[in-house]
Amino acid sequence: MSALLEVSGVSVSFDGFKAINNLTFNIGPAEMRAIIGPNGAGKTTFMDIVTGKTKPDEGRVLFGEDSQSLLKLNEAGIARAGVGRKFQRPTVFEDQSVFDNLLLALRKDRGPLSVLFYRQSRADRDKVAALAGEIGLKDQLSRKSGELSHGQKQWLEIGMLLAQDPRLLLVDEPAAGMTPEEREHTTGILVEAAKTRAVVVVEHDMEFVRRLNCKVTVLHEGAVLAEGSLDHVTKNQEVIDVYLGR
Amino acid sequence: MNRSFLSRNPSVLIFIAILALFTIVVTVLSEGFGLGAISTSFVKTLGKTLALCLVAISMDFVWGYCGILSLGHFAFFGLGGYMIGMWLMYERTRDIVVASLAGAEIPATPQEVTDAIGNQIFGVVGSSEFPVVWGFAHSLGAQLALVVLVPGVLALVFGWLAFRSRVTGVYLSILTQAMTLALALYLFQNDSGLRGNNGLSGLQNLPGAEAIPQSVISVWFLWGAALALGLGYMLFAWVVSGKFGSVIRGIRDDEARVRFLGYSVESYKLFVFVLSAVVAGIAGALYYPQAGIINPAEMAPIASIYLAVWVAIGGRGRFYGAVIGAAFVSLVSTWFTSGQVPSVNLGFYTVDWVDWWQVVLGLSFVLVTLFAPKGIGGLFDLLSGRAAPKRHGADLGPGAGSLREQEAEE
Repeated sequence: MSALLEVSGVSVSFDGFKAINNLTFNIGPAEMRAIIGPNGAGKTTFMDIVTGKTKPDEGRVLFGEDSQSLLKLNEAGIARAGVGRKFQRPTVFEDQSVFDNLLLALRKDRGPLSVLFYRQSRADRDKVAALAGEIGLKDQLSRKSGELSHGQKQWLEIGMLLAQDPRLLLVDEPAAGMTPEEREHTTGILVEAAKTRAVVVVEHDMEFVRRLNCKVTVLHEGAVLAEGSLDHVTKNQEVIDVYLGR
Repeated sequence: MNRSFLSRNPSVLIFIAILALFTIVVTVLSEGFGLGAISTSFVKTLGKTLALCLVAISMDFVWGYCGILSLGHFAFFGLGGYMIGMWLMYERTRDIVVASLAGAEIPATPQEVTDAIGNQIFGVVGSSEFPVVWGFAHSLGAQLALVVLVPGVLALVFGWLAFRSRVTGVYLSILTQAMTLALALYLFQNDSGLRGNNGLSGLQNLPGAEAIPQSVISVWFLWGAALALGLGYMLFAWVVSGKFGSVIRGIRDDEARVRFLGYSVESYKLFVFVLSAVVAGIAGALYYPQAGIINPAEMAPIASIYLAVWVAIGGRGRFYGAVIGAAFVSLVSTWFTSGQVPSVNLGFYTVDWVDWWQVVLGLSFVLVTLFAPKGIGGLFDLLSGRAAPKRHGADLGPGAGSLREQEAEE
């Protein structure tokens, strides 16, 4: 199987501290993957590298069939290439309506002039409405997203990711601060999304990871410690030592 | 949701109507066209105020909507004024020179005319040569184009360098201050080619219109400034009304998020900055012919800071707020500094408002920032019922500023 994202031999250090140490990691075109690991394992740094926020000291990050190097692109370019990212803290545009937030994310030409002369078409409005239905915010379209509850903001951000129609979704702690019912809904959205694209979820919550029912990669000190099903990695003695057993 | 632009933005229509009404009333009351109840100098003050309102909305566009606190907008404003001033001064001097040489027995050659104009204009800085920058001064069309081009290109180069390096926030503000200060210091030099600290003067006299009294010309400029303000208001309101406005407000609130959505934040900022600089240049080109004189002190850093204060007091993030702030503060400022306000004698100290006005302005800025962050324009929210969610300063959810579900449903 050819990989959608291929990270090989990537290292990055901040002031001598090696946040990522010779990390090698592949993910297929329509795959769900959970990344777990203790604090400081390099989970967020890994996302920063893939999305262009941090440039690695060495290594390669290749994306897509034609193995385009993501290291040459800036954040906006990487996003346009098809990598979407959801942050740990829900970051939606609070001053704008749910509709505007989704419309902003909708996959369209991103140049200033074409945005300036952009006119909403019926197809776009339908797409936004469909997305809102998917994330359970159909009745909230006209509300300012700042008024939404925490869980609804998380969904809105996931909805914005889906609107971008990325081929790879990087999702950082989607279930943080959610009620059990909200978690269930979130799991549903992500599992559905993973049918057509790659989804990488960084999560602390083992129960949530179990529900995703997918391959798990354990990071430790900036490198892959173990990989496999959740049951497989939780039986791994090394993993128990560094993470689970404490 | 696809209603027309004006029906979605009723405030634009209201603004245009008020502006038109204001212009008509002033015209009817002016000395040049009507009853003469308003003196020509006050018509000029009002016309200048309209030009200041125009630069204020361009400031609001770049600051209130895109979050770029530019403290150098008067550089663009002044450059616009210089560009139109060069033509006004050249043409008027030429008319005078040609008239005075017409009496000579041998008709003057074009070279002699040019030399005489050069002597007239640059004698004050000890020169008679035309500097290169005056190359187009004989052409109104070229200078009008430069009114737009010079501020635009300066903003383009400055913005490209600053935004590309991701200079944001207070650092960018300081850079813009440095830009306007550097420009002012450069223009203060006699060999800068724009008459050093003398600046350009006599700009109120339109070439070829000597027979027309200032009372009429002042109203023309009032019309011009009102028209430009109306068009500028509609332009900006249109730009921020659609998806573009959504993107730049997103940049204001969370730049990184917009970047991760795939928008090239730098291009958007550059577009906004340049458009705003161009409009500021046009405003300057309308202001200085009414003021009659421009010199580099106009571009001093403090001028641009005043502009930010006007917009803050008026209420940023809404164009009518910027207009109200600029009009209100600059008119009150004119009133206080003109010496018309009686001094207050406290017995031991006499409060002279010409000096103390600055303190009043500073205090009101602090008070507005602390107690009415939406400014004067925020009062209109009370009428239209536009309200932010009441959080009482408490952080209710796991994310900053988010509400718990039941509160959000209310």
